[in-house]
Parts: sequence; structure tokens; C-alpha cells
Amino acid sequence: MRVRVRCFAAVREIVGTGELVVDLPEGSTLTQLVDQVRGQFPRLEGLVSSLLFSVNREYAPFDKKLAPGDEVALIPPVSGGGHV
Amino acid sequence: MFEITDQPLSLEPVVNAVKKSSSGAIATFLGVVRERTRGRMVRYLEYDAYREMAVPKMREIADEIRRKWEVDEIAMLHRIGHLQVGEASVAIAVSAPHRHQALAACAYAIDRLKETVPIWKKEVWTDGEEWVGPPT
Repeated sequence: MRVRVRCFAAVREIVGTGELVVDLPEGSTLTQLVDQVRGQFPRLEGLVSSLLFSVNREYAPFDKKLAPGDEVALIPPVSGGGHV
Repeated sequence: MFEITDQPLSLEPVVNAVKKSSSGAIATFLGVVRERTRGRMVRYLEYDAYREMAVPKMREIADEIRRKWEVDEIAMLHRIGHLQVGEASVAIAVSAPHRHQALAACAYAIDRLKETVPIWKKEVWTDGEEWVGPPT
């Protein structure tokens, strides 16, 4: 099955595009998607532990099951925090 | 009004969006690009957003506010793209019958926006650059 993967900020710079299409076995979870993407882009390694994920525009846990056509986003920590 | 824009921001549109005859107060927040951050001189900031998720997340914050305080209207605008020092990145206004609700809700809105709305900034300094997230 195919899912769309939206990439932002530092992730977009590493991947080199704002959107990937990833082919996964039916029934895969976010964990399997992330493993595949980090295998393809080893420079993501340092970032993976800080990423959040969304599926169809809602934050989702690692064990979330994916369906064909889902829109996943790799979400680096958001901009705010204590700096502004 | 809940929008991501690539145009310059001011308080005027958010204030106008929340004006109601029942309101006795409008509290506002304007976030601006600071010249110096953690000891480094900022040349400019670059903001990126997941627009299709950011706007619904702003609406969720407004729903949270309505459950906590009696307010009239809420408006949030966030700019993306290339911002110079002194330019506004985020504008928020909250109207309410009384000032205490308006002020508390406005402070909550900006705090939550920074926690949950998928918007990122790259700080470009005179001597480097980095995508910045919250301290963990």
C-alpha cells in the first residue's frame, strides 16, 4: 500500500522534498514507516527520537496502523518553547 | 479568524475580527522577531508550517479556551516564510465581556499555539543556522 509522507523544517531539508510516497506492506504501523524512511535517509537518525507523527492531520502514536492513502507527517518539535 | 499567511502581520485584522458589542475587553499578543537569541545575532527567521493541520489545531485551542473562560471571539494569525528582525510572526486577539478572561485566554492561546500547532522556525544567525524546537 502507498502512503503520503509530508516533511517539514529540518526533515524537509534532509529529505530534500516536502512530500514522499512510501510503499509499505498492508497493515504496517507508523514504526515500520519510520524504519523505512530512516533507512532511506540515514541523516534522519539524529532527529528520529525527537519527532512526533501525525496521521491524517491528527497526532498519532508509533503503533498506529496505517491504511492506503493515509497522509503521514514527520513533525519535528514545534517552533515555540522558551525562546520567543 | 484562524489563518497561516505569508503576508506581513499586524494586530488590526485580529482586533477587528473579535470586536463584538458584548465585549468589554480585547486582549492582544504580537510575537516579533528578536535581534538576539541565546547570545547570537539573528539575520532573519524562516518559518514553515503544516498548514492543513495548523489551522485545525488553532481551532482546537479556541475550543479549549471556550471551555475554560467566558470569551466572545478568538482570532489567530501566524506568518510563515522569511521574517526580518522586528517583523511580527504571530498575532492573537481575544475579546470577552471582562478583561480578566480576555487576558488569561490570550496568554493561554500563545502558550498552547507554541506547544501544539505544527509551525517551525529556522534561526539564521550571522554565524550559522538551525531549526529550533522547544527545550526538551
